[in-house]
Amino acid sequence: MNTENMIALLIAAPLLGAVVLLCGGRRLDRTGHWIGTLLAAASFVVGVVLFTDMLGRDAEDRTLSQHLFSWIPVEGFQADVAFQLDQLSMTFVLLITGVGTLIHLYSVGYMEHDERRRRFFGFLNLFLAAMLLLVLADNYLLLYVGWEGVGLASYLLIGFWQHKPSAATAAKKAFLVNRVGDMGLSIAILLMFTTFGTFAFGPVLSASAAGDTSEGKLTAIGLMLLLAACGKSAQVPLQSWLGDAMEGPTPVSALIHAATMVTAGVYLITRSGAIFNAAPDAQLAVVVVGAVTLLFGAIVGCAKDDIKKALAGSTMSQIGYMILATGLGPIGYVFAIMHLVTHGFFKAGLFLGAGSVMHGMNDEVDMRKYGGLRKYMPVTFATFGLGYLAIIGFPGLSGFWSKDKIIEAAFAQGGTEGWILGAVTLLGAALTAYYMTRVMLMTFFGEKRWQPDAEGNAPHPHESPKSMTIPMIVLAFGSVFAGGLFSLNESFAGWLEPVTAFEHGHPPISAGVIMTATITVMVLGIGLAYVQYGRRPVPVTAPRGSLLTRAARRDLLQDDLNHVVLVRGGEHLTRSLVYVDHTLVDGVVNGTAASVGGLSGRLRKLQNGFARSYAVSMFGGAAVLIAATLLMRAV
Amino acid sequence: MNPVNYLYLAAVLFAIGASGVLIRRNAIVVFMCVELMLNACNLSLVAFSRMHGNLDGQILAFFTMVVAAAEVVVGLAIIVTLFRSRHSASVDDASLMKL
Repeated sequence: MNTENMIALLIAAPLLGAVVLLCGGRRLDRTGHWIGTLLAAASFVVGVVLFTDMLGRDAEDRTLSQHLFSWIPVEGFQADVAFQLDQLSMTFVLLITGVGTLIHLYSVGYMEHDERRRRFFGFLNLFLAAMLLLVLADNYLLLYVGWEGVGLASYLLIGFWQHKPSAATAAKKAFLVNRVGDMGLSIAILLMFTTFGTFAFGPVLSASAAGDTSEGKLTAIGLMLLLAACGKSAQVPLQSWLGDAMEGPTPVSALIHAATMVTAGVYLITRSGAIFNAAPDAQLAVVVVGAVTLLFGAIVGCAKDDIKKALAGSTMSQIGYMILATGLGPIGYVFAIMHLVTHGFFKAGLFLGAGSVMHGMNDEVDMRKYGGLRKYMPVTFATFGLGYLAIIGFPGLSGFWSKDKIIEAAFAQGGTEGWILGAVTLLGAALTAYYMTRVMLMTFFGEKRWQPDAEGNAPHPHESPKSMTIPMIVLAFGSVFAGGLFSLNESFAGWLEPVTAFEHGHPPISAGVIMTATITVMVLGIGLAYVQYGRRPVPVTAPRGSLLTRAARRDLLQDDLNHVVLVRGGEHLTRSLVYVDHTLVDGVVNGTAASVGGLSGRLRKLQNGFARSYAVSMFGGAAVLIAATLLMRAV
Repeated sequence: MNPVNYLYLAAVLFAIGASGVLIRRNAIVVFMCVELMLNACNLSLVAFSRMHGNLDGQILAFFTMVVAAAEVVVGLAIIVTLFRSRHSASVDDASLMKL
């Protein structure tokens, strides 16, 4: 079989799973989860076959494409369902299907007692299909279809436990906030069509790179793409949905809200690299958004007591790193994607670990009620610990390689900007070490702090079943070795270079100094967290905390801000519109009716029944007509 | 004699008839004034016929007479019926047709 024709299979397998599981009804309740897992694994196998095939080709000859059918063939407007598999897409395909398969496997154990498990797997498969469509599309319109598809799957899965009002609300919030970003993407596509007359990747990107297009238009397209990325990747100012999205089942948080879907924004910007390279203003906006979110997420992560929300803050912050790197141009794209992949491993591992802890602790998420769990859950502790070392950038582990490169690239931006970005990324690294050490200490170290709940059920922490621990172990391996493997001879940069272009950055200070600084701030972060949470016992009820802590617990007031600006503003707007409607619009309509009514009331009086008065008006009318006729004659 | 004088006479007659219609209340008198207006018209038609030297106006005058005769029949019948039901021939008493 020709390898090009296998691309569609990647998407077809999980799509088939979604259709079968969602339409199959209850008779699939016993086997549904295995069908879903097998089809995800099948997609991964196809991905691996395509990958080995791609490795066997020359670097220039690695882009495969498959034209399935013409979707909207109209004069002057050509929308195709066609796929393009290059090195960038391939990286995503392997990440999505690989991590996806592991998380399917994990969910078999995690969702064991849920009576709607079949539906859950249907949604997961739907997500895989949409996400693969997103990264395999060869034009922006088809990418948009996948983009909306993952939004739908995310909505369905956040609200999977829809009987909880908080989950239903969180799902709606995620959907609505994403909609703002989606609007940005649709406007960007429309702008592309008016500017270039097409929205296929090839022509659009080569035209942007050619430099014939005005920079203003490219900046507008870039900013709209950035808005889209902000929505999907939970970047400031559209970040508010990610924390609440933790209401979904933990495997969902691991797959969609940590490893894959939220990185779609990074994919979009990297894919559109040629547009951003030609629009420095848009690039600057990308860098600013990334830097702000990096610190924003890290600060929120430092204050949360809910283990999943602390990890969500961390996700936001790490994606901030990636977005910042994409904004640096060709010196950053490769490292953004590299950090994305390593982050996919360790963050998915961390979330699965958190899920495993919750599984053993009666779904308790408050870290103040954990403590000393390392004795009870050795495997979870070990895998979570490796993920922890990877994310804080412990030398030799995955996160170290990718994050250090981003920090280097930030310094290499040059000038004042380079120093500011370098400082921000270093500060982010210190905060990362701080909040992750805090999570680690509060969960696995110290004295046990759990108590029986209101019904007298004390949690009995225990290790999770094999189907859950195996994916965690595999992801832990990825967390440890992926970064080193990618950095060997710059193999990852070499792999992606034909797609994203790659330049070596030249930081003003030597790479060794930067690496030392990175390790120093990491140690500082760990030390501070150890002083606060390791040496002293952790109080079960949270102390009041400083002003910043309290603000960070409320997500740095992002919801309050949205409430004041958008909700209140919207209410005032609608109220004033209603007022205008009532007074002006209704006034005109009712006024017309009233004046017609009044006039006819007066005219009615002319009809008085006296024949002689009618005769007067008749004679009068005749006299006027005659007079008019005579006058006309005279003139 | 100058035929224009007949036109002046017709105008005077028409004015007398019209003011009678507007001023008088008795239906019989109003009716007679209407006849007066019709005949003023006839007179002017004939005068014009004479002035222009063709017979069209005279023919039209005959038509007017025929119509007037028919009108008299219907009009008098209405007035008699009105008087029988109301014991009055005043046109202002018959003012039921109003809003």
